[in-house]
Amino acid sequence: MKILVCVKRVPITGGKIVLTDDEQEIRTLHLGFAISPHEECAVEEAVRIVEAGGGEVVVLTVGPAEAEEQLRDSMAIGADRGILIRTDGTEWDPQATAAAIVDAVRAEGGFDLILFGNESADAGNYQVGIRVAAALGLPVVTGLKKIEAGEGRVRCERDAGGARDVYEAPLPAVLTVLEGLNLPRYPSVPGRLRAKSKPLAVLEPARPASKLEKLRLVLPAGQGKQAEILGEGAAAAPRVVEVMQQLGVA
Amino acid sequence: MSVLLYVEPNDELSLQALTLARGLGDVRAVALEGAYQPAAWAAALADAAQGADAIVAAGSDRGNELLAHVAARLDQPFAANVTTVDGDVVTRVRWGGSLLEEARLHGSPRILSVAPHTQPAAEPIQVETLTAADDGSPRVLERVEESTGGVSLRDAKVVVSGGRGVGSAEGFAIIEELAGLLGAAVGCSRVVTSAGWRPHTDQVGQTGTKISADLYVACGISGATQHIAGAKGAKKILAINNDPEAPILASADYAVIGDLHEIVPAISAELRKARGT
Repeated sequence: MKILVCVKRVPITGGKIVLTDDEQEIRTLHLGFAISPHEECAVEEAVRIVEAGGGEVVVLTVGPAEAEEQLRDSMAIGADRGILIRTDGTEWDPQATAAAIVDAVRAEGGFDLILFGNESADAGNYQVGIRVAAALGLPVVTGLKKIEAGEGRVRCERDAGGARDVYEAPLPAVLTVLEGLNLPRYPSVPGRLRAKSKPLAVLEPARPASKLEKLRLVLPAGQGKQAEILGEGAAAAPRVVEVMQQLGVA
Repeated sequence: MSVLLYVEPNDELSLQALTLARGLGDVRAVALEGAYQPAAWAAALADAAQGADAIVAAGSDRGNELLAHVAARLDQPFAANVTTVDGDVVTRVRWGGSLLEEARLHGSPRILSVAPHTQPAAEPIQVETLTAADDGSPRVLERVEESTGGVSLRDAKVVVSGGRGVGSAEGFAIIEELAGLLGAAVGCSRVVTSAGWRPHTDQVGQTGTKISADLYVACGISGATQHIAGAKGAKKILAINNDPEAPILASADYAVIGDLHEIVPAISAELRKARGT
């Protein structure tokens, strides 16, 4: 099976978000970057499917030149090659992102399965996978916690508040997944070494005008509470229980 | 301005979306019946929206999914999880609520979902039920009920949660003990599920479960933004941490500073003492 996984490079924000002076980005000078969590599981799932039944895993990202790091990370756990749709570092809106991915998919002659995260950790637009499926005329199922790829079909499950909804789709199909689908492996040292020499194609399409145009980022009000210190160490236990009783939970 | 609002039956989030929709103009509320079939339902919504100036739904799993389908069909932009609308400028949620974005929505009709718990719920209004034609696209074939042992994380009144500071899967015994005494659900941070100490179903966070407890007890959790995104729905947060500078303290109402391996069993012992057991 030929599988495409679309991933996004996002900063690891840690405990506090700080904005750049122009309020266009998060200040990332001292931050590391990672693949958005849902997509980490998408890469792992694709690698498992190909390990079990053969085929190829291609990983794609729309992002700055530095996003090669996330493609190499994916190759380190088993993706075969990468496609970097290189931007100037500014964020593309969901329609522009989807259009660039659609062009890349067509140039590849299509895939049996195209995997996305259900939504990116940063922008959270909830739509790129669905737009790609619509443009390619493919079925799409979103928010998945379980995928069983069979002969020409895929069976999948999605959480529905204490229950699971079961869907089936014929292949080729687009699926968007959630963290918890699997437990992604850590890359091995040989895996990391092999990743360095795997093929990477770079595309540079022109950026279309934004229709969902980011004007500025704003930190929400009400951050930075002053916690009441109930005490230190085990000696604080009576005070904790008192508070729990006041809250009506103990 | 005419607004088409997609609502789900008996759904608090839909009534919150109605509040924002009313602020935009005259609302026509529609629901769909039959087995859930996202692409087909979106086609029915797009048909019903002819002539509408805006299409709105709750920023729920289905609301966001359906509007993404509608937007793709109409080739229009879609702003997910909006908190306010001012002309063609929307404020929307990023990073699970840790950050907001002001954006210009260039589309017509304006397609937007309403971020959960950012509006008061409106009184229910008359809802028109539409039927979608089966277009052969994926739909729900069956619903499998899950037998969940214990308290559900999402609805628990109290959640006792452990992070990196717990140190190991076995370390969760003291977390489970305290949770048991409080009738609480056990939660954890993303570090813990990534390490395989707990299943992902226990994860509180942006990519895990968003809780709504009366009390959240965060033990050995530093308080990364992605964790807070799942915890901030709790009315009160108690942080137990050995680092008085940990970011979690900026989100907590109460804190105990010190080693959770001593503090958590001491709280359990104190609870037993208070109950005379």
